[in-house]
Amino acid sequence: MTSSSSAKTDPTTTAFQEDRLVAVAAGIDVPSEVHEQVAEEQPVLEIDSFNLWYGSKQALHGISMPIPERQVTALVGPSGCGKSTLLRSVNRLNDLVQSVKITGDMRLNGDSIYDRRTDVIELRKRMGMVFQKPNPFPMSIYENVVYALRIDGERNRGVLDEVCERSLRGAALWDEVKDRLADSALGLSGGQQQRLCIARAIAAEPEVLLLDEPCSALDPIATGKVEDLIQELRGTYSVLMVTHNMQQASRTSDYTAFMYLGRLIEYGPTTEIFTKPILRETEAYVTGRFG
Amino acid sequence: MNSDTAPRRRSSRRRVRSSYTNLAAHGEPWVWLTAGSLGTALAMIIGLLLFITARGLATFWPLPLERVQLADGRALLGEVTDREQQVDESSGETVSQRLIRTANYELTGQHYQWIDDADIIAFAKPDWATAVERLEGGRFHGTPQYFYKDGDVVATGPAATWQEFLEIHPAVRQRAAEAKSIDRHERGHVQRELRAARLAVAQAELDFGVESPEHASAMAAEADVQERAAEEMQRFDEQTATLRDENARYEIGFLTADGTDVRMPVGEVVRGWQPNMLTWPGKLAVYLDRWQEFLTDDPREANSAGGVFPAIWGTVAMTLIMAIFVAPFGVLAALYLREYASSGPITSAVRIAINNLAGVPSIVYGAFGLGFFCYVVGAGIDDLFFEASLVADNQPVFGTGGLLWASLTLALLTLPVVIVATEEALASVPNSMREGSYACGAGKWQTIRRIVLPRALPGIMTGLILAMARGAGEVAPLMLVGVKKLASELPIDGVFPFIHPEREFMHLAYLIYDVGFQSPNSQAAQPMVFTITFLLVAIIAVLNIAAIWIRGRLRRRFETQQF
Ligand SMILES: Nc1ncnc2c1ncn2[C@@H]1O[C@H](COP(=O)(O)OP(=O)(O)OP(=O)(O)O)[C@@H](O)[C@H]1O
Ligand SMILES: [Mg+2]
Repeated sequence: MTSSSSAKTDPTTTAFQEDRLVAVAAGIDVPSEVHEQVAEEQPVLEIDSFNLWYGSKQALHGISMPIPERQVTALVGPSGCGKSTLLRSVNRLNDLVQSVKITGDMRLNGDSIYDRRTDVIELRKRMGMVFQKPNPFPMSIYENVVYALRIDGERNRGVLDEVCERSLRGAALWDEVKDRLADSALGLSGGQQQRLCIARAIAAEPEVLLLDEPCSALDPIATGKVEDLIQELRGTYSVLMVTHNMQQASRTSDYTAFMYLGRLIEYGPTTEIFTKPILRETEAYVTGRFG
Repeated sequence: MNSDTAPRRRSSRRRVRSSYTNLAAHGEPWVWLTAGSLGTALAMIIGLLLFITARGLATFWPLPLERVQLADGRALLGEVTDREQQVDESSGETVSQRLIRTANYELTGQHYQWIDDADIIAFAKPDWATAVERLEGGRFHGTPQYFYKDGDVVATGPAATWQEFLEIHPAVRQRAAEAKSIDRHERGHVQRELRAARLAVAQAELDFGVESPEHASAMAAEADVQERAAEEMQRFDEQTATLRDENARYEIGFLTADGTDVRMPVGEVVRGWQPNMLTWPGKLAVYLDRWQEFLTDDPREANSAGGVFPAIWGTVAMTLIMAIFVAPFGVLAALYLREYASSGPITSAVRIAINNLAGVPSIVYGAFGLGFFCYVVGAGIDDLFFEASLVADNQPVFGTGGLLWASLTLALLTLPVVIVATEEALASVPNSMREGSYACGAGKWQTIRRIVLPRALPGIMTGLILAMARGAGEVAPLMLVGVKKLASELPIDGVFPFIHPEREFMHLAYLIYDVGFQSPNSQAAQPMVFTITFLLVAIIAVLNIAAIWIRGRLRRRFETQQF
């Protein structure tokens, strides 16, 4: 399985770096280690040999991975390895970047995402996304939450009220804001804003929830609340989450994928990835002994 | 560093030196330079505004009337408006002079005179020295002496005469106003009817030909109207003649400083006051009365006296109409450039072209406005809808300058400002907001309408404010597309269809040019120029403050709380 070109390795590097990561850095294709348990789950999203280029620079290399339904899947990896790129490819936000080219495909519950006949707007309505930095819209809290319904033309006040309350409760924000729904969302604290963005993402009951480092701008208390929230969302929603925090990944996720320089290195149940990974590189990364 | 210095000393010296950061690194000179530039700019702007405000506000304040007796036997009565020290070139002595507003133009041929202090042998401030504003002929300074009724003297002496004047004057002014109103409104109404009948004949001729029964009936109707109009005009003549005859019965006689007897009808007097006797509240009353006339009345005497109401109206209306046109156009154009057009050489070229448009001299826009709006669009409208007017009166309706064309021309002129500001405002909307919206399944237009535009609105408003400030102060293009020295009718009045965007109008900025530089007696009009300038600046300020207030309200909605 390992690449045979370890001859190039710098002799001073530690033993566990000798193999795959070095090979990857040298531009050599390496296979991904995907644990058997992953394949046993019912997938909500299937990523199928997906490549992506920013201009002439390839950012994703042949990623293939199924995302299990109603589970939390965490994407970990060093900065710049393509986690956000992968996440943004799922709801085709990368279409907005002019220089992006892709090959391969993804399927959401069996429907091709990158097929030319796919209606991107319909597709995005089936997913919710939360960004690294909270990005509430410049409008009231209420309007923020029901935004997805508004753009669908929903006018019925009863429906909107109900969705607003359900989503805010779902995002563990209802009690804090229920008396000030008409206030500007920009007046909330950072943690509240991020939970508001989560409420906004789950308002339309998406099939997949994409979270890109949802806690990176938050203090420990707000982080704790968001983590609790992710725990509660499991079982209702399928969550694909990027994180830099290994404790967070081990606490909140069911499956963990380790990426490096645009490649999927190892993917399996979180307990296995953190306790007995197949690759020593993975172990080094998740225990913090890496680079 | 010197090589033969002992190492120990060297290191200690280095330590001492390094404890001071050099001046350039601290950046103090840059602070001084930048602060100095800002200070100079501010001082100039504030100085200019203070100057305009002081001169503009002082115009209507009643100054004391001084009677000066000159060595050559002449005597003058007037306001001292300026003093000056001059060095006589031959003798090297300083000569002080004063500028006296002597008024009485029909007697002296001058409004102002420079007098050497050395020539003055006596000063006085006579109690009954009176300043009079007249309907025609400018100011008059003198002492009231006689009051005439039906040609007979009914009062002599200043006190009795003025008493009589004050009793009669309001009624006389009232009658004059009535006569004016008859001339203006009722006669105007009849004239409009006549014109409508004439146009109906021309229209019938155009539509059905000269021989047609329609034409004949229109001719009959016109004859009918003409007959009625002649009767009514006769009636108006009689009414105004009665009013004017009644007014002509009263006259007031003044003695000027050098003893000339001047008799004038009471109806000619707008107002009079004795500044030397007035107390502070009295002066204030005169001051406010003159301001009220200035703000609410029509101009008199080639705009150099009276009010500027039509010009205020024209300025405000033109600026607002301009804003209404330029805002949507500019915003839509900027939206396309920033949100839809893919970036490339063409987009860049368009952007550069727009920036350059902002630098085109405004008179070029005026010429374009005249050539395109008036002569092409306006003439086209006339051909389609107002043919009868062209035939019957040989008078274009939309085919000449007017409020609408002037507003459109200025909208064009200020378009680049709005586009550039809007583009910047759109660019400053964080991409994360757009992405958030797309991720919720919003389309492009939905994202623009619900997220981008509201966020950019304060910035767009800033552009609009700049555009309005620029547009309201432009003169050159307006001279070509509809601003007039004197426009008798406002573009909005009680006559159907109430709004007449094709009418010519007056504008404060043009009035400054006209009164200050085109007027036959620019010296007499000079105080007025300052007041008009002050008013124009004040109006632009008010328009801007209103826009800034609206922007502030919008911005408060999007206030971000830091965390
Ligand atoms: N719009 C873009 N244009 C060009 N290159 C890009 C663009 N966005 C990302 N990249 C490049 O693609 C690679 C992957 O970026 P990505 O943002 O996916 O990394 P990441 O794993 O999310 O990193 P981080 O943990 O720091 O967020 C990086 O090398 C980055 O420089
Ligand atoms: Mg990222």
